Amino acid sequence: MPLRLERQENISPLRHALAPLVALLVTLVVGAFMFVVLGHDPVRAFAIYFIDPLGDPYTLQELVVKAAPLLLIGVGLAFCYRANRWNIGAEGQYVAGAVLGSWLALATHGTEAGGWVLPAMLVLGAIGGALWGLIPAFLRVRFGSSEILTSLMLVYVAQLGLDYLVRGPWRDPQGFNFPQSVTFDDVALMPLLMGEGRLHAGIVIALLAVIVATFVLGRTLVGFSIELAGSAPRAAAFAGFDEKRVTYGVFAVSGALAGLAGIIEVAGPIGQLQPTISPGYGFTAIIAAMLGRLHPVGILIASLVLALTYIGGEAAQISMRLPFDVTRVFQGTLLIAILAADVLVRYRIRRVEGATHA
Amino acid sequence: MLDAAILGAVFASIVAAATTLLIASLGELVAERAGTLNLGVEGMMIVGAAVGYATAYGSGSLLLGTLAAVLAGVLLSLVFAGLAIWLATNQVASGLATTILGLGVAGLIGSNFVGTRLDGAPELVIPGLTDLPIIGEAVFGQNAYVYASLVLLAAVTYTLARTRIGLVLRAVGENHAAAHALGHPVRGIRTLAVMFGGACAGLAGAHLSLAYTPFWASDMTAGRGWIALALVVFSAWRPLWLLGGAYLFGAVSILQLHAQGFGLGIPSQLLSSLPYLATIAALVVISALKHGQGAPASLGVPFVPDR
Repeated sequence: MPLRLERQENISPLRHALAPLVALLVTLVVGAFMFVVLGHDPVRAFAIYFIDPLGDPYTLQELVVKAAPLLLIGVGLAFCYRANRWNIGAEGQYVAGAVLGSWLALATHGTEAGGWVLPAMLVLGAIGGALWGLIPAFLRVRFGSSEILTSLMLVYVAQLGLDYLVRGPWRDPQGFNFPQSVTFDDVALMPLLMGEGRLHAGIVIALLAVIVATFVLGRTLVGFSIELAGSAPRAAAFAGFDEKRVTYGVFAVSGALAGLAGIIEVAGPIGQLQPTISPGYGFTAIIAAMLGRLHPVGILIASLVLALTYIGGEAAQISMRLPFDVTRVFQGTLLIAILAADVLVRYRIRRVEGATHA
Repeated sequence: MLDAAILGAVFASIVAAATTLLIASLGELVAERAGTLNLGVEGMMIVGAAVGYATAYGSGSLLLGTLAAVLAGVLLSLVFAGLAIWLATNQVASGLATTILGLGVAGLIGSNFVGTRLDGAPELVIPGLTDLPIIGEAVFGQNAYVYASLVLLAAVTYTLARTRIGLVLRAVGENHAAAHALGHPVRGIRTLAVMFGGACAGLAGAHLSLAYTPFWASDMTAGRGWIALALVVFSAWRPLWLLGGAYLFGAVSILQLHAQGFGLGIPSQLLSSLPYLATIAALVVISALKHGQGAPASLGVPFVPDR
């Protein structure tokens, strides 16, 4: 082999932080190329996509609103991925949480129910997501089924279940046959942070999740057992950590946070149940978790970056008539770039002179 | 209620639905037998569907469209191979990235063709045989993709089991260190296997957009790439078992459509979720029975020489 990867010892923290930046840069170059291929001026496209949203107070708020679900789900996924458990069905857990939480909003609709409704909805949302997430965990622990495929299949099942509810039993009878539920009562809606605008209390919850997760993952035995289960499962077994408990634990946490994100989104920016309640947050959050290097604070930054691709995508849809798929191309490229950049930071590519040296 | 004509049409459509799954899962099986888990099947399939449709629509040639689809699948598989094999990145994450990118690229290409239609691939007509009741259309009245999928199945089965290439490929998948020590280019062989998987996924996509439903719809693969991945597990990595698996799943997805048509009072969404639920059930049953046996020993483990 003419080229060989050599592991670098003692990588400086600076070099570590460099990888996401390099990945972003590569993504922008690929993006420029894509805009040229699509017949657009790349400079103008970049301005519309990435610069203009940052200068407008309304879109800045929208950026934070879109980053919140990515952040919540991504922090949960960090638990799974650190433990080397591949939950890729967060989108389904998000929907399951939204459905279970909304059940209470619809059951108390039009009654005198008081301020307890919203907190109870959030708890139900977390439970719904956790239960949906525990299904692949159970199937893996009990039968050894691949959690990758089962968690993903459950996304389709959850989405079809939601579709059934909003077109069937939960449809608003006064809704002119539109497939949507009634608009939630005020006690079932997320309060706005400044009394008006777009920022809602769910953003605070997401930030709290970052603080708690940073502590749990970095400073507690639980965090250590998760880390060990992922990087050295045999050592974890010898140390007496129960592999099954780790599986159940990380799926419950990531499911709960995804479910919480779902009910916050429905009770917040959307305000009612619809057939589609997510532009793929559950999948984009996977990228957020990776780009943020499975660290809650990193995921916070990554969520804002990825939220920008959503906002920019919407702007480009309107002003440049570009399909929304541009956003998916950006997100996919970003994930590919971060995976590659991670390796190139940790390893050095060496040219090997002939086979005799090998 | 069910006369021979309806039954014949049902069987024919089961064969058509199974063909997409069979082609895609054959390619993934080869990649996995070489030790690489490529979760990018869904992305490669939909890129094949989009590129194939765009090329066939522009050129008027289904053959050109099919070739372009295969090429597109291979190109995208090279992205995965570069990451997972040559940079030794995490295979799960690399496959997901491939799928996300593929869905985006396919959407971009396909957005120009929303609302258009093509004449689908022509079907075989053998006077006397195709008119046979019940099985005539299913066996003797299919398009070229269906017969190609069966040829492909035979070729993969034979190559893996009986040829030197197949033996080396399996060795690389079972024990890459030993294969490397014997002088086999592990990463080169894995790259070729992944490229074959990409070609098959692209071909499956072409079958979808040029024959099965000859128009473009966004996200038209609807998880078929993921079901193909599950089928490989279901087959316990034996190509002949893919045939049974693919036709079983073809039957589930077609029968639920017909059940919706009959209006049995079952919510259509429940019926639509049957293929996905059946996938989960199949995975559970097979893993409960075998508990991980049959999987290539080096599956999913990146190979870094001299590590």
